[in-house]
Amino acid sequence: MMVKEEKGAGGGNDIQWCFSQVKGAIDDDVAEADIISTVEFNHSGELLATGDKGGRVVIFQQEQENKIQSHSRGEYNVYSTFQSHEPEFDYLKSLEIEEKINKIRWLPQKNAAQFLLSTNDKTIKLWKISERDKRPEGYNLKEEDGRYRDPTTVTTLRVPVFRPMDLMVEASPRRIFANAHTYHINSISINSDYETYLSADDLRINLWHLEITDRSFNIVDIKPANMEELTEVITAAEFHPNSCNTFVYSSSKGTIRLCDMRASALCDRHSKLFEEPEDPSNRSFFSEIISSISDVKFSHSGRYMMTRDYLSVKIWDLNMENRPVETYQVHEYLRSKLCSLYENDCIFDKFECCWNGSDSVVMTGSYNNFFRMFDRNTKRDITLEASRENNKPRTVLKPRKVCASGKRKKDEISVDSLDFNKKILHTAWHPKENIIAVATTNNLYIFQDKVN
Amino acid sequence: MMLSKGLKRKREDELEKETLAVDAWWLGPRPPAVAQAPPAVASSSLFDLSVLKLHHSLRQSEPDLRHLVLVVNTLRRIQASMAPEAPLSPVPSPPPAPGAAADSLLASSDAALSASMASLLEDLSHIEGLSQAPQPLVDEGPPGRPTSGAPPSLGALDLLGPATGCLLDDELEGLFEDIDTSMYDSELWAPASEGVKPGPEAGPGKEETLELDEAELDYLLDVLVGTQALERPPGPGR
Repeated sequence: MMVKEEKGAGGGNDIQWCFSQVKGAIDDDVAEADIISTVEFNHSGELLATGDKGGRVVIFQQEQENKIQSHSRGEYNVYSTFQSHEPEFDYLKSLEIEEKINKIRWLPQKNAAQFLLSTNDKTIKLWKISERDKRPEGYNLKEEDGRYRDPTTVTTLRVPVFRPMDLMVEASPRRIFANAHTYHINSISINSDYETYLSADDLRINLWHLEITDRSFNIVDIKPANMEELTEVITAAEFHPNSCNTFVYSSSKGTIRLCDMRASALCDRHSKLFEEPEDPSNRSFFSEIISSISDVKFSHSGRYMMTRDYLSVKIWDLNMENRPVETYQVHEYLRSKLCSLYENDCIFDKFECCWNGSDSVVMTGSYNNFFRMFDRNTKRDITLEASRENNKPRTVLKPRKVCASGKRKKDEISVDSLDFNKKILHTAWHPKENIIAVATTNNLYIFQDKVN
Repeated sequence: MMLSKGLKRKREDELEKETLAVDAWWLGPRPPAVAQAPPAVASSSLFDLSVLKLHHSLRQSEPDLRHLVLVVNTLRRIQASMAPEAPLSPVPSPPPAPGAAADSLLASSDAALSASMASLLEDLSHIEGLSQAPQPLVDEGPPGRPTSGAPPSLGALDLLGPATGCLLDDELEGLFEDIDTSMYDSELWAPASEGVKPGPEAGPGKEETLELDEAELDYLLDVLVGTQALERPPGPGR
């Protein structure tokens, strides 16, 4: 048995995170199309979907066999790959529409097939992923290879019989929700009624019915009459996990608005406004940029929501609007580097965040392929790295530390040595188990907690 | 090296040194005794950088609205701090009347500063003029629609100086107004005001634009029919 190298340094009940798998190309020459742009587990955690800049969706499925063996959980293997979106050209505006997948959201499973929504900047698609493990054999008019038989040779009639075949996973687009967004879609969120969903772009939020593609309802519109007065955009939106009339949306000014669709058809007036007053001692030219919220996620319980801005993660109690109940600093050492980060545009990076299944730990990414976890109960945090150096399965990840100033201790990394090209923007946590998926630029890492 | 791909610019090294040196100064709480000599230089570097970013953003065929808005808002803050006599508005709350705030800033801004900004932007526009690919902005409206001239009320993006007003107007108007939402909006959507929203002061509203387009088409059709009619003996109606 492996000797514990670090004493209880894990986030969340002394979890020790181990490398499990890495997906994607090994070489450092990253093809633009392979850049991962979204990661999402389905509701059971059995499936893990990724979307990339090339418009492709890759779905991994967890093996079930190894559950009996206690030393590891099932591995994730490729289940289905398909081209979700293609590059398009808007002839009216002479603009190319990027095929990059911005978000994937799974529908809860209702039958044998799986459904997910995937979106690029302009169009949302509902995909059905189904398995086929049988095929009909013994057609009357066709040969097995598909060629039509000579009709004169058909002398008897027979009923085709289903015979087993190698498993084939098919993805087919069932709905295409298009032409409803002038601006770039940043979020999609499925309602708890499982019949409707919202899509949000920079200035508007629309409500759709999953069955209806030719119309949607605009529920939020913050576009000013005069575009020159535009000072704020929508950055993320999500439906409440239990309350089907409630959703939130965040803005580039660091505010979150909670809206109730029962109040009016157009939810331009919020029911609640969550905003933390600015700390005057931290004021700078970049205050607004770093307050811009890049992600908002409700807790599974629905009682809290989490927001990610450039330097921190904040947990809000839905009953308290004037300040968050918890704030976690992700990389405070960057505060003195904001000018350089503004210069190289890193200050505009949009990091996502996620909850674990029990809402006790939250996770988010950082630079240098570091990602951070914060345990809400113990108040302990940990920094880990997604790197090919820790590639052996069941290798316990060593906690990392950034030295902000002063003398750098052994094993610490100084701020100036951080690689700002290696950013972890997308992370996901299995809904039930301690399995996490962390996306570097073009690789997907899967880590699990150590099972003794 | 900490910086990833930065903007390519002529004064790269100079700018880098200035901006990095300035890090500690303006981000910490300002002790009252600190000499104000470096600020003018440092602020103008950051200002230049922001203007460059703004131009870079505008040059994109479809700018990232969030990036654009954040850069513009930051530019406003920087200009607010650069204007020596201008009262610094409380930063957290957005000014209720952006036009009024910009007015007061312009009134008190340093003439020399304005002149240097204007010349910088002129340089940039020269470069832009050479490199900008012609874009068929089909929904811009008929040729008669005025595209230059500063609109009477100053928006957030006009604070860069009256000399630069017309310079940026074209692109800004083009940026914000070329998005013809009538192509995407459906009548089932609220708000009802969308369709009757007043257009910018410099141009007609959307319905007018559409009507003029139709008028143009009618005219074209007439011309076509007319030329055909010349080849035939004139009928009773003509």
